[in-house]
Amino acid sequence: MLYKESGQFVTTYRFDKRFFRLKQERLAFALLLAFAFLVVPSIGNDYWFSAILIPFLVLSLAGLGLNLLTGYAGQLSLGSAAFMAVGAFATYNFNLRIEGLPLIISLILGGLTAGGVGLVFGLPSLRIKGFYLIVSTLAAQFFVQWVFTNFTWFSNNSSSGVITAPPLHVFGSDFNSPVGRYLLTLTVVVALGLLAKTIVSGELGRKWMAVRDMDTAAAVIGISVPKTKLLAFAISSFYLGIAGALWAFTYLGTVEPHGFDLTRSFQILFIIIIGGMGSILGNFLGAAFIVLFPILLSNLSSGLFAGAIDPGQLENFQKMIFGALIIFFLIKEPNGLAKVWQTVKQRLRVWPLRF
Amino acid sequence: MKFLGKHRWLLLALGLGIASVTAQVQAANEQYFPLQSYRIGPYAAGGSGFFGGFIDYLQYVNAKEGGVNGVKFTWSECETEYVVEKGVECYERLKKGLNGAPAAATNPLSVGIAYATLERSTADKLPLITINHGRTDSTDGSVFPYAFPLQLNPYSEVSAIVNYIATQSGGLDKLKGKKIVTLYHGSPYGKETSPILELLAKKYGFELTLLEVPHPGNEQQSQWLTIRRIKPDWVILRGWGVMNPVALKTAQKTGFPANHIIGNIWSNSEDDAAPAGSAAKGFISITTHPSGTSFPVLQGINQYVIKAGKGNLQDPKRFGNVYYNLGVVNGILNVEAVRVAQAKFGKRPLTGEEVRWGFENLKLDDKRLTELGALGLVQPLKLSCADHEGGGAVRFQQWDGSKWNVISEWVQADRQLLRPIIEKSSHEYAKEKGITPRDCSKETVAAK
Repeated sequence: MLYKESGQFVTTYRFDKRFFRLKQERLAFALLLAFAFLVVPSIGNDYWFSAILIPFLVLSLAGLGLNLLTGYAGQLSLGSAAFMAVGAFATYNFNLRIEGLPLIISLILGGLTAGGVGLVFGLPSLRIKGFYLIVSTLAAQFFVQWVFTNFTWFSNNSSSGVITAPPLHVFGSDFNSPVGRYLLTLTVVVALGLLAKTIVSGELGRKWMAVRDMDTAAAVIGISVPKTKLLAFAISSFYLGIAGALWAFTYLGTVEPHGFDLTRSFQILFIIIIGGMGSILGNFLGAAFIVLFPILLSNLSSGLFAGAIDPGQLENFQKMIFGALIIFFLIKEPNGLAKVWQTVKQRLRVWPLRF
Repeated sequence: MKFLGKHRWLLLALGLGIASVTAQVQAANEQYFPLQSYRIGPYAAGGSGFFGGFIDYLQYVNAKEGGVNGVKFTWSECETEYVVEKGVECYERLKKGLNGAPAAATNPLSVGIAYATLERSTADKLPLITINHGRTDSTDGSVFPYAFPLQLNPYSEVSAIVNYIATQSGGLDKLKGKKIVTLYHGSPYGKETSPILELLAKKYGFELTLLEVPHPGNEQQSQWLTIRRIKPDWVILRGWGVMNPVALKTAQKTGFPANHIIGNIWSNSEDDAAPAGSAAKGFISITTHPSGTSFPVLQGINQYVIKAGKGNLQDPKRFGNVYYNLGVVNGILNVEAVRVAQAKFGKRPLTGEEVRWGFENLKLDDKRLTELGALGLVQPLKLSCADHEGGGAVRFQQWDGSKWNVISEWVQADRQLLRPIIEKSSHEYAKEKGITPRDCSKETVAAK
């Protein structure tokens, strides 16, 4: 009822390629953006911005990066955190070493550097597939971390190997307050999210999916498989690089190479598995689950059981509950949270009728 | 809407969670300590001991004196697992205070978290206490008004160890040609001292090799094989958590004598030496405070807190060990800072900014330490606007297989040598961040 499609016809190709084909979806998206840009800054507090919303957005972006590669182009990767690290350190160095370079330009250059590194580590994908490719991207993970740990030039010879973000100024405005950081992150994430939506619904996205589903068949219909795969690696790494830079600059304000270790790569992989492969929305849902749920559990338990149970035990219980929830969700919906949303939409289409 | 119906409990939980975050009830006359503690993960021994001691000391002050001038202490914990982003989340969650009681200071006990919350602390005007660790250049309070690497910053620590090695070798000039290997934890904490070690190596002419052990450090075979090849005179162990016992065991396996390994300030606990069993016998480490329960303050904690069944430690045998006592020392310094600040600002719960003034004017001499029952546990300490460290002295202790025995008097770090390096670094930071250093001569000082 609410989600009625009847009467909304697609008459032109251009119309078919719109972000959202249904009026209701466009309206909902516009409302969501208005809420995020206008309402949230006035109702949120420091805690929500700095500890919940910013990491959620950044990890959504990272998930999006990996999803382009794994969910759309079908190339498995465990090097996500490495590309994030490249993005963060490259942005830092561009910003530090080129006097007067605007932050946004450093950010884009950092992303492009990460894209370049991703391209190099994507080369093995031309020969190997699946689990073997995981191993070669794992090499990226360890190699990048080793480079940043051992060559202190990258961290401007900081004794502890930690880089700290410069003050955030964009177009003359100050974005250093928690709400400013949030808005900066949100803008970048929304822009890149829409770009990703364009990419996957356009020619390149279709090529990726063709390669994912069967690369021989894709080659037969005239798609250049090597070019398509490498582009997937480069674009995915660009996204991850930007996410890494935002992680360092707008979220923590400081970062060390070990902040981008294998655990982070796994975290991003879990985001897309739980959120849903081959979906843009899935990254946001997955990141919400991975980021927000442990925080929620921790807040709940400290609110309800503080003092009653030993704090260490309480922490272990939370881990167990979180693990059990992951198993529960994957049994109930192996295709991820994005599929749950699809199902809800199907139901809404006929609601309140049953069929 | 079957989905929502089935998951009603989830929504309920969500609602409760939000409610528990935002609940704010006005409470009177309490001073709050936000504790970014860690009780699980590879560093649980350090976290549970330190925060156990800290909490027990606060309980002791509450039970014995009813707080400071009638202002009781309250606290709540948030688990960080020594992970930076969790620590930041905890910081943001707890900084507002609890039930109306304002936060006094944060004590994350993690260099990584301290780095990440340094600027936040300054912006929020909340002191960041990094006792015996932290960012070295934050010793310069004119640039870092809210950071306090109390007692011993990392550079002082290394300098004191080198001075000790010099005494053992018969003077600083005898260091020439000696081989020293530093085995360090692969984290901001571990790397912090590398430049100063290199500088001291150049100054005194000893051969230095820096070897990193990746976090968390339970695999060190290749590092110790390298050490065996180098055959150093001394190994400085800059470890943390599980890395320490593994280092001692691997040293035994590769045949390096434990009595030529010097543990730094985070390799100096019973929890570091005891798990290594016989391999730890003879192991030397530095300490700013002895372990043991004979100090009057620990006896007081035993009487008021532990015997009342309110002790924070799960394993009562850890009462009085190095981590626990460091927690007590940290408690004393925090509480004394609140006391100093109350003398100036009034006998009421104080803001972080006021407590900061208390830290900056903290002065503990032997007389005050005797009153506190902590003579010999805490070193005499005097902080100022320019000097946020205060002490800079350590003693050396040796593990006899079951307990630590103190084997040296106070060994002082060469703070005159370190100060210009610290200032250079802090001024670089100030320039990078656009901070104008405070003029310390214009600060108000506590009445003598």
